[in-house]
Amino acid sequence: MFENLSNRLGEVFDRLRKRGALSEADVDAALREVRVALLEADVALPVVKDFVAGVKEKAVGEQVVKSVTPGQMVVKIVHDHLVETLGAESKGVNLNAPAPVPVLMLGLQGSGKTTSTAKIALRLKTRDKRKVLMASLDTRRPAAQEQLAILGIQADVPTLPIVPGEPPVAIARRAMQTARLEGYDVVMLDTAGRLHVDDELMGEVAAVRDAVKPVESLLVADAMTGQDAVNVAKSFNERVGLTGIMLTRIDGDARGGAALSMRAVTGCPIKLLGVGEKLDALEDFHPDRVAGRILGMGDVVSLVEKAAETIEQEEAEKLAARMQKGQFDLNDLAQQLKQLQKMGGLGGVMGMLPGIGKMQKQLAGAKLDDKLLGRQQAIISSMTKIERRKPELIKASRKQRIAAGSGTTVQEVNKLLKQHQEMGRMMKQMNKLGKKGLMRHGLGGLMPR
Amino acid sequence: MSETETTQEAAAKRGWFARMREGLSRSSSRLSEGITGIFTKRRLDDATLEELEELLIAADLGVTTAAELTATLRRNRFNQEVTPEEVRAALAEEIAKILEPVAEPFELDPAKKPQVMLVVGVNGSGKTTTIGKLAKALREEGKSVMLAAGDTFRAAAVEQLKIWGDRTGAPVIARETGADAAGLAYDALVEAQRAGVDLLLIDTAGRLHNKADLMAGLSKIIRVLRKVDETAPHDCLLVLDATTGQNAHQQVEVFREITNVTGLVVTKLDGTARGGVLVALAEKFKLPVHAIGVGEGADDLRPFEARTFARSLMGLDS
Ligand SMILES: Nc1nc2c(ncn2[C@@H]2O[C@H](COP(=O)(O)OP(=O)(O)OP(=O)(O)O)[C@@H](O)[C@H]2O)c(=O)[nH]1
Ligand SMILES: Nc1nc2c(ncn2[C@@H]2O[C@H](COP(=O)(O)OP(=O)(O)OP(=O)(O)O)[C@@H](O)[C@H]2O)c(=O)[nH]1
Ligand SMILES: [Mg+2]
Ligand SMILES: [Mg+2]
Repeated sequence: MFENLSNRLGEVFDRLRKRGALSEADVDAALREVRVALLEADVALPVVKDFVAGVKEKAVGEQVVKSVTPGQMVVKIVHDHLVETLGAESKGVNLNAPAPVPVLMLGLQGSGKTTSTAKIALRLKTRDKRKVLMASLDTRRPAAQEQLAILGIQADVPTLPIVPGEPPVAIARRAMQTARLEGYDVVMLDTAGRLHVDDELMGEVAAVRDAVKPVESLLVADAMTGQDAVNVAKSFNERVGLTGIMLTRIDGDARGGAALSMRAVTGCPIKLLGVGEKLDALEDFHPDRVAGRILGMGDVVSLVEKAAETIEQEEAEKLAARMQKGQFDLNDLAQQLKQLQKMGGLGGVMGMLPGIGKMQKQLAGAKLDDKLLGRQQAIISSMTKIERRKPELIKASRKQRIAAGSGTTVQEVNKLLKQHQEMGRMMKQMNKLGKKGLMRHGLGGLMPR
Repeated sequence: MSETETTQEAAAKRGWFARMREGLSRSSSRLSEGITGIFTKRRLDDATLEELEELLIAADLGVTTAAELTATLRRNRFNQEVTPEEVRAALAEEIAKILEPVAEPFELDPAKKPQVMLVVGVNGSGKTTTIGKLAKALREEGKSVMLAAGDTFRAAAVEQLKIWGDRTGAPVIARETGADAAGLAYDALVEAQRAGVDLLLIDTAGRLHNKADLMAGLSKIIRVLRKVDETAPHDCLLVLDATTGQNAHQQVEVFREITNVTGLVVTKLDGTARGGVLVALAEKFKLPVHAIGVGEGADDLRPFEARTFARSLMGLDS
């Protein structure tokens, strides 16, 4: 299990609890954790080293702002440095050239080139009102050209007619020729997947580049890529010359360190993100969101913003204090349920956290859904004030009344009471275990069941 | 068996060991250069061990596994004068020890006819190609193989598998794109039983493990297969891309939970990706690794050999 960086750093700095300027020793201790977090996120080792050195330079001697802990301070410095390194918000595909503008799509086998070609074409057609032609230069993989042709039909974007046996450079030339004759604005050239160490095939794609002089040469890479990302990006950049990177499968739960690796070794901007298999699953690159993901904080930025909007700070603090004292009564539970609902229900909260896949399964296993939240709130609101403060008062007849009042059953009332008891027990345990306990039992342990 | 056949076979065998080594040595050359550089006339001290650990990390072994392996080396060799060769060999041995228990070639069970294998994995990992390669290998052994085009989602996935069917002489059961994958699987199994084939290989659409609805689709395929043969599927092959980093852990974990994965194939080992995450996976999940993919062609499937893999990873000849 990946622990997120704030937790890791929390532990380091819990021991320090120092205020004032960050000392070199503080920073070193923190950076060891940063290094591990980045490596676990698949950032390539040489890139991690440079990055950590960069953070150190910025962090040593930095004044710790009064309202935050040293740990939060370092997280912020790391986060900001990461955002900076990842580069600016994407400006999308560059079309600043005389039409037809050739766009070359490159990458390893199976990285998502063909799908991404169609996604970009669809966007250029619908959003930018360009006349787009697509052509597949993949004469190698079985049914690759047919795949693009079908996607063309789905996107309602024309594809260059397939001529069996025609080699890639000839297809590229024919595509440009057709585009000139028929007045296309953009020509999207999908290529066969190739290994960056395959001399022959790299030579082939270099020949295509020479033939069409692409305005954009986009490396399409899988967000799940490991340490090899640096080798791939470097070789493609050296051999063909890249103008940008598109990361696919951002809809997965990989931490996506490859983004930083590739950006760092090529200096090329990350332009677009693939977020699904459908043709509209294309997003612009936002460095802060990818940074949060790499650091294992999920889309923490959005989560924090949303939480700040919806949870009244004071309420939350009061609740936390009561939890810590083990005074968690049914009023508190009701409060918690309400806040969960305000944040867009369980789905809304879960969607922003890392490792969602696993969590969603746990949640599904626990038969947890937002309807249940509503019913539980109804049960609690059918209780008297005293009952809410002292749930032990609730015996058989009271249970019947509450069930009738909330339109639920006695079993459901029992379940809620039991769950509240368990939560109380869990909180006491957690206070003993500290933060680690929460990590181990996961959020599921705290949720109504 | 005639003598020429034996020689040919030997040549073929050398051929694919050599190819895998070739692929792997590309990936490990930097690694081994690194180690050679580090260890020439040096004592195995802390600094050396740390650099070594980093080299393992750079091969996707993961922070934890790299630390464990270096710790073992420290226990056994600390402060000894060691040559680069010795260190590499020792590390390769450690890695081989971890991998040996999972190196299990895929075997057909003659009692099951048809034996049913479901092939699953994330998008683009190499499922369809691996099916083509497996079909080729088994056809060459004289087995009858049928393919089911269970990827009814992706554009031209059916056509892709059909071409593999043509190449390998395996009939392909398919429906149009957009059809129900479970229904197709059902038909295919009925047809495979009727035809009495040895193996039915079922392709599935690539899916990310964190998508609950898509994973539920896999469960459905399995449920429906069991209506025809309650022991099916007999095998569930998870295809992993060697380029993948630490996310492979989550992939194995979730796919295993939902489909009861019985074995792994690691593809794209002909690149520079080292597939080092496999070491950690072997320790953690102990799932058999049936084969590796070393190219896009029908013949580019190799048995997974623990020692060869480990030694090649360390840049050593087998
Ligand atoms: N989940 C998800 N799947 C994607 C994404 N982009 C592409 N895919 C899927 O990844 C698989 C491979 O995509 P392709 O577009 O065929 O990849 P390619 O790079 O053209 O592959 P080759 O031509 O064989 O090298 C398909 O199953 C796609 O549906 C994405 O952003 N998210
Ligand atoms: N270099 C190399 N390429 C491979 C290997 N195995 C598969 N490929 C290529 O990887 C790409 C994707 O392979 P597929 O078999 O289509 O992958 P898939 O898992 O079926 O993809 P989806 O069905 O789209 O999820 C294709 O271009 C294959 O030729 C391998 O071992 N080495
Ligand atoms: Mg393609
Ligand atoms: Mg496929």
